[in-house]
Amino acid sequence: MDVPILKQGDFLIATIQAALTDADLLRLRTALVQQVVRCRSRGVIVDVTSLDVMDSFASRTLREVAQMIRLRGAETVIVGIQPEVAFAMVQLGLKLEDVATALDLEEGLAHLSQRSTSSA
Amino acid sequence: MARIDISPDRAEVQDEYIGTAENSRPASVLLRELVAHLRDNRTQLREEWARRITEAKLLTAMTKDEIFAEATSVYDNYVEALETGTFEALQAYARNLSERIIPRGVETDEVVGIVLLLRDVLARSLFAKYQTDFTKLNRILDAYEPAANRIANTVAVGFVQERERIIREQQEAIRELSTPVLQVRERLLILPIIGVIDPQRARQLTEQLLRGIRTNRAKVVVIDITGVAAMDATVANHLVQTVEASRLLGATVIVTGLSPEIAQTIVNIGVDLGKMNTVGDLQGGIEQAERLLGYKVAHFTEAQ
Repeated sequence: MDVPILKQGDFLIATIQAALTDADLLRLRTALVQQVVRCRSRGVIVDVTSLDVMDSFASRTLREVAQMIRLRGAETVIVGIQPEVAFAMVQLGLKLEDVATALDLEEGLAHLSQRSTSSA
Repeated sequence: MARIDISPDRAEVQDEYIGTAENSRPASVLLRELVAHLRDNRTQLREEWARRITEAKLLTAMTKDEIFAEATSVYDNYVEALETGTFEALQAYARNLSERIIPRGVETDEVVGIVLLLRDVLARSLFAKYQTDFTKLNRILDAYEPAANRIANTVAVGFVQERERIIREQQEAIRELSTPVLQVRERLLILPIIGVIDPQRARQLTEQLLRGIRTNRAKVVVIDITGVAAMDATVANHLVQTVEASRLLGATVIVTGLSPEIAQTIVNIGVDLGKMNTVGDLQGGIEQAERLLGYKVAHFTEAQ
């Protein structure tokens, strides 16, 4: 299942709507990294609100997405991690270090706008 | 020949048979006699018992009159249990009594002590009454002992159960009260933790905090552990995990009021403190949280 990537102003928004296979995740990674420069976006938001499980592969891929996008000159925010998912991830040692996180889409957008105004 | 050999045996058997019949004259008859005896001497035995309780310095939390009043009800319930052989009423009474006396600090050994005293007082009165007829005394005691033991058991178990129930209830109440997640400003939560944290409570704290972050849309959380004296490695680890999980929800956590001992624990377990935001006291924590949220607190006079 492909994840739709929407362009919203300066940002790209990818909303994951159902559990993804590893291949889906890799496709999402490629698509985001390609589009972030093509659309001249300054930020990327990955919305995982509907995920009730986050395994190590998903978490590692998201971290790679964030790192690759940083190298492509933009910023990534993961939004909508559920409380139970967050605690389970931490217990498994999946901490998404140095990746920005936010409560939901709105917060993520606020975070990115703030970043771009302060750096601009 | 054979007949002659057998007959003495038979006689013996018969003798024995008569003996058992006499012995096992329905225990209920003996009990009835016993109960009648206890009823007749109610006042005297009751007073004797109350006197022995005071003498043994039991139930010191209660006045003499109270002891006497309780002794009367216990005595009546005791006799009734002996008579009817049903323990429900006594059980209910024991529970009710426990409920009244536990808050006054009556200990388990005192309750067991008074029941055993009563058992002793009654047994002595039986000795006194039947001392001339030893076999009868024996049979009466046979009937009395099991019932009395069961009664003592019932009362003691009732008391302990009641105590345990109260302890459970209080633990529940403490648990409920002890994890408040408070919003002090828009998007700023405070989680004051007081008392001992066991793994179960730690887990509950985390759940409530993460849920609180979501419902209050918090950006900054101050966890104040001034009131926590010590923490073992498991709980310290859990605290660190809570901080990380909160970050995954997009909230920054500031931990305040770490005691020297807890600081030591955290250093010993080798937690990466780089990601943990700590401030000395709650005030400092709130100030930093306000800075993070972009609030500026100013004196009213200065603001003008």
